[in-house]
Amino acid sequence: MANTLEATGPNTAFAEGIRKQFPLLNQQVNGRPLVYFDNAATTQKPQQVIEAMNRYYREYNSNVHRGVHHLSQVATDAMEQVRNRMADFLGASRHEEIIFTSGCTGGINLAAHILGRAYLRPGDEILLTEMEHHSNIVPWQLAAEISGAIIKVIPVLEDGTLDLEAYQNLLSPRTKVVAFVHVSNALGTINPAAEIISMAKNVGALTLVDGAQALAHERVNVQDLNCDFYVTSAHKHYGPTGIGVLYGRYELLEKLPPYQGGGEMIDRVTFDRTTYNTPPFKFEAGTPNIAGIIGMGASIEWLQEQDIEQVKAYEHELLAYATRALSEIDGFVPVGTSPNKAAVISFNLKGVHHYDVGVLLDKMGLALRTGHHCTQPLMDCYAIEGTVRASFAPYNTFEEIDRLVEALRKAQQMLS
Amino acid sequence: MGNAVENEISAINRRQDEVIEEFALFDDWMDKYDHLISLGRELPLIDESLKTDDRIIRGCQSKVWLDAGMEDGKVQFTADSDAIITKGIIATLVRVLNGSTPAGILETDLYFIDRIGLKEHLSPTRSNGLLAMVKQMKIYALAFQAKNDE
Repeated sequence: MANTLEATGPNTAFAEGIRKQFPLLNQQVNGRPLVYFDNAATTQKPQQVIEAMNRYYREYNSNVHRGVHHLSQVATDAMEQVRNRMADFLGASRHEEIIFTSGCTGGINLAAHILGRAYLRPGDEILLTEMEHHSNIVPWQLAAEISGAIIKVIPVLEDGTLDLEAYQNLLSPRTKVVAFVHVSNALGTINPAAEIISMAKNVGALTLVDGAQALAHERVNVQDLNCDFYVTSAHKHYGPTGIGVLYGRYELLEKLPPYQGGGEMIDRVTFDRTTYNTPPFKFEAGTPNIAGIIGMGASIEWLQEQDIEQVKAYEHELLAYATRALSEIDGFVPVGTSPNKAAVISFNLKGVHHYDVGVLLDKMGLALRTGHHCTQPLMDCYAIEGTVRASFAPYNTFEEIDRLVEALRKAQQMLS
Repeated sequence: MGNAVENEISAINRRQDEVIEEFALFDDWMDKYDHLISLGRELPLIDESLKTDDRIIRGCQSKVWLDAGMEDGKVQFTADSDAIITKGIIATLVRVLNGSTPAGILETDLYFIDRIGLKEHLSPTRSNGLLAMVKQMKIYALAFQAKNDE
């Protein structure tokens, strides 16, 4: 095998140090050591996240906010501490700007729905990009249906970067919302979020950023970005599934109507008229996912303990090494080659179906994602049905990339 | 159940057992898949002009086209897929069921799928694709049977 030099490079110790904190990684799949390259779908969880959730159920499980008893107080304090931690981590100006949701999809649905009901008017325009996940398309289609607003699409260039010139031309006083993905799950493209937001602000539009893929790879500051909404999913950044946050600018949250009705979101209920609690509680109906919130807090704590510059540098090395090694395979066709890219490689092998590749890789112990990655409009734009996607985390190693290359060659040989 | 149907089922079961024996020859999953891929090459291909959207089976990551006709009271399936492994799976189903009467196809328990580990080793969503293929083949058989009974 060519190009294994880096396998003994200086950062092996870094990856090993991270790797040993993730118990799941140490297992065999189909008789071979697992290679987990599906991190953009969900990341694995470090021991301290698993422990934090475990401890919650063993030691202080209780319903939050309403109880006067000891355990309820402990659980409420723990949950509100996570809100503070998220506010601090995302650079929000106050913790009331952090709404707990079920994840990015939940957050976008919340924002799109309330904007559709109380802000958007017939003929208003919502700008989305061609590289959006279905989760950042369909909620806006629903909002457009409620409000009579119109959706316009910012195209993607051949290399997977956003066409900013076309974006500029689409912006007008009719533009009321610009919603876009920070880091593309299907292509890895890192969008110039601050620039996109600043251009939107010039025409007075609100902005929502889908941060699903961003937090694991970089630090985000919502005030520096100057966005109005930012959504996250904990399971994409080493936390549990079913929990995330919607950051919203406080003045906006105050003005906008509630989303779902239920417990905790109310001030006073009568059958004639109900008044609502203040943000963030106005938007948090029902008993929240307390264990998930605790797990999310632990994942943020874990992220804060990592040297983000080292993580970025190592992920960049993985990406560069993988790109070089995969490019040597005959018929390798990368999809998305933006110069500013997260550690994701989407590709096809000429004449081979992505599904076939995925099945055979699985049999060789490698977990990759195949298909349209919930971005069908983007696949249409490239005139493909789907891709094979390898997405990396700091616990991945150069040896694992060597195994991918070897497995792909074997699959290619079997399939052609 | 009449004798004719029982004979049909025995014939289908003989073909199922044949497939099971073939796959049992391989210990390694890669070899089993290699065999599946080679079975795909023996698939009676659907006519290109029949590869229309209404003949696509939903529920697979890859596209599967399936068509069926009747010859001397026996169902003849033709199919194709844009993925080679999927083509192998549909080819195995076609091999087991082709040339049977509609009643035989409807009454047969397709035990070979579990026995060669296909269902177990394909994830639930992919397995749905497999079950969708079986269902579509039975729907064709049902339609032919209904036509026969008219």
